Amino acid sequence: MLQQAFRFDPVELPQAAQALRKEVRAFLDENRDSLGNRRDYDQAFSKKMAEHGWVGMTWPKQYGGHERTAFERYVVIEEMLAAGAPVGFHWTADRQSGPNILRYGTDEQKAHFLPRIVRGELSFCIGMSEPDSGSDLAGTRTRAVKVDGGFRINGSKLWTSNAHRADYMILFCKMADAGQDEVDRHAGATQFLVDLKNSPGIEIRPVINLLGEHHFNQLFLTDLFVPDSRLFGDIGNGWRQVSSELAFERSGPDRFLVLFKLLTEMVRVAGTNPDRATAAALGRLVAQLATLRRMSLSIAGMLQEGLQPLNEAAVTKDLGTRYEQDLPVIARQLFPAEPDLAAVDTYVSMLARGIGNAPRLSIQGGTREILRGIIARGLGLR
Amino acid sequence: MRDETRMLLESMGRLFEDHCTKAVADAAEAGTFPTALWQAVSDSGVPLGGVIDSGVEWSDLYAVLRIAGRYGAPVPLAETILAGWLASSAGFSVDEQAMTVGPVRAGETLRLERDGNGWRLFGRASRLPWGRDAGRIALIATDPDGRSMVVFGDGVEGARLSTGESNMAGEPRDTYEFGGLGLSGNEVAPAAPGIDQAALYRRGALARAMMMAGAMERALDTAVNYAQERKQFGRPISKFQAVQQNLAVMAGQVAAAGAAADAGVEALSIDDPAKQEFLVAIAKTRVGDAATLASEIAHQVHGAIGFTKDYSLQLSTRRLWSWRDEFGGESEWAAKVGAYVCAGGADALWPTLTDS
Ligand SMILES: Cc1cc2nc3c(=O)[nH]c(=O)nc-3n(C[C@H](O)[C@H](O)[C@H](O)COP(=O)(O)OP(=O)(O)OC[C@H]3O[C@@H](n4cnc5c(N)ncnc54)[C@H](O)[C@@H]3O)c2cc1C
Repeated sequence: MLQQAFRFDPVELPQAAQALRKEVRAFLDENRDSLGNRRDYDQAFSKKMAEHGWVGMTWPKQYGGHERTAFERYVVIEEMLAAGAPVGFHWTADRQSGPNILRYGTDEQKAHFLPRIVRGELSFCIGMSEPDSGSDLAGTRTRAVKVDGGFRINGSKLWTSNAHRADYMILFCKMADAGQDEVDRHAGATQFLVDLKNSPGIEIRPVINLLGEHHFNQLFLTDLFVPDSRLFGDIGNGWRQVSSELAFERSGPDRFLVLFKLLTEMVRVAGTNPDRATAAALGRLVAQLATLRRMSLSIAGMLQEGLQPLNEAAVTKDLGTRYEQDLPVIARQLFPAEPDLAAVDTYVSMLARGIGNAPRLSIQGGTREILRGIIARGLGLR
Repeated sequence: MRDETRMLLESMGRLFEDHCTKAVADAAEAGTFPTALWQAVSDSGVPLGGVIDSGVEWSDLYAVLRIAGRYGAPVPLAETILAGWLASSAGFSVDEQAMTVGPVRAGETLRLERDGNGWRLFGRASRLPWGRDAGRIALIATDPDGRSMVVFGDGVEGARLSTGESNMAGEPRDTYEFGGLGLSGNEVAPAAPGIDQAALYRRGALARAMMMAGAMERALDTAVNYAQERKQFGRPISKFQAVQQNLAVMAGQVAAAGAAADAGVEALSIDDPAKQEFLVAIAKTRVGDAATLASEIAHQVHGAIGFTKDYSLQLSTRRLWSWRDEFGGESEWAAKVGAYVCAGGADALWPTLTDS
């Protein structure tokens, strides 16, 4: 008799977290003008959040953190997401780069980077994907060679979100002496902390997405020199580190609150007394969202206990993206409209945003198929 | 989890594992009530006579129902717990025989009229679970002043109209028709504050949600095990990525169902009936939706064998197909969720989801 495959323990938000929610809402009220815009990357806004102690919330005080619980952080980020706050500047650093530096960084790296992130001064991006290495991350072709005082790196990164404005990138690559047909495909995997603003040898080219936005980029690394002090973690330990980073990346409510505003607008259009079929269609979506939130809170509980809920994060992200991709589908059934990003009517513009953003949700952060593979492994099938 | 809870669940798991064999399930479906199973359940210490003074938490009872659902235990455990709750909260004393409750369907109401010192009962309560096997029945009816009353009378059982009706899992569902059934004064008592037909309906819906969560866990175990044993093209079908992806989807639904059902049970501690109903509605909706997808995939993974009476998967899936519509199906409950959030207006949606 198998036991429950995945663990989603009931979690109750502690009083402190609920109290914090009020503070966050008051803050959002004061900053209403910054919310709900398409511009999601705004250092000034991140600095304001930092002043409230809402960046690096759970990190040790020693590094400028605030030693708050995972639940308190959860409340802050879900309130920000639901309100459509422009959190892009600090998002990656707060969610994954910082926590991974805390786990694998040297003392000097922790002391250098973490306090700056906490103050809203440093922005990070994720250098994993490449033209020939997407889902198959272990197939990275970017190579580092040990040279005097550091490493010389050649290769290319693709889909690198915000690379054109971030300060640092955590780069995933392999050491050059790791052959392509090694039995252990993870051999030689290594990470570096790359200073994007002050390194010759990096060319960043925009890749415009289908909505016409400049969000991600292609990077060309040509004899990029990274000093020894910016080797991140151990040589050859990159696979373990990147897995840890992905666990952070997949674990949060950002995986089902991207289009929350579309749901809100659907409720608005439905009016206070919709017919039964409309109510039922909306009710189904709300039931999914409430359950996702509950599952995500369980994950926060496991993070708080210091666990790494890889499978649970994969389950929740997969369900979350399914739900968000269903939102515009159901919206079109209930309240037909011609989608228009620039429409004055918020429902119509949100519908367009929903339709246009839907495809990326089940690709970024690990595709649907890759996540389901992880879940299947958790079930003991692979 | 509390230690007491853990011990209770472990011992109930063993009990059901021992008693809920396929033979017992088949015999129950053919009309033989599993007396030994029921006896074991009554001896187990689960407070069938009413949760009120037992010191056992509702959440523990619901957790037991999840295990009962996992094993498809063919006994009116949920119904007896609910009947015991209704009856004992109205001051009746209850023993440990099998009981049922009613009405269990939306839109059906029972009416009481005064008759001297006693009462007359009118109305129809259809598809009461396990009616024919129930020693006693606890009913909720309305008196002429609109008060909720609990009827717990010896004569009620005689009003059974049909036998032989059942749900898709072969569990008995019997209809009762009351055309002025005479009841003595001490067979009727006012329901305790907060207890009415809607409260019964909510608890019934949660019972089915928990039982479905359990049945889905079982179906997932069955499917995963089968995929690892069954070989085609020279290897276990679990090695085919299409099969893995299907099972991963199923596992996601099962996990969501468990979380949703737990959330519904927690809602019982909320005093505001409208808010409680909203949260229960979320649970029944989400679990019901999961049941549809989970049973579909479990069958797909099994091929033809899953479609046979001999193989055990149908013990779970036929229950899922039945339970998702009992005490209200997904569209009924989802409409309540939707009506609640729409009534609050768009700007209240986020606070509604987060303020608790
Ligand atoms: C908006 C957006 C932002 C992004 N930001 C970043 C970023 O900041 N940094 C970064 O490093 N990357 C980023 N990415 C890249 C993202 O991580 C990759 O797109 C993703 O990992 C998939 O890789 P790919 O696009 O090369 O697709 P591929 O891996 O080529 O996949 C194509 C299809 O094949 C399927 N497939 C592949 N392998 C398998 C398999 N083994 N089994 C079954 N199916 C398979 C996939 O599921 C998919 O359906 C971003 C992507 C998007 C869309």
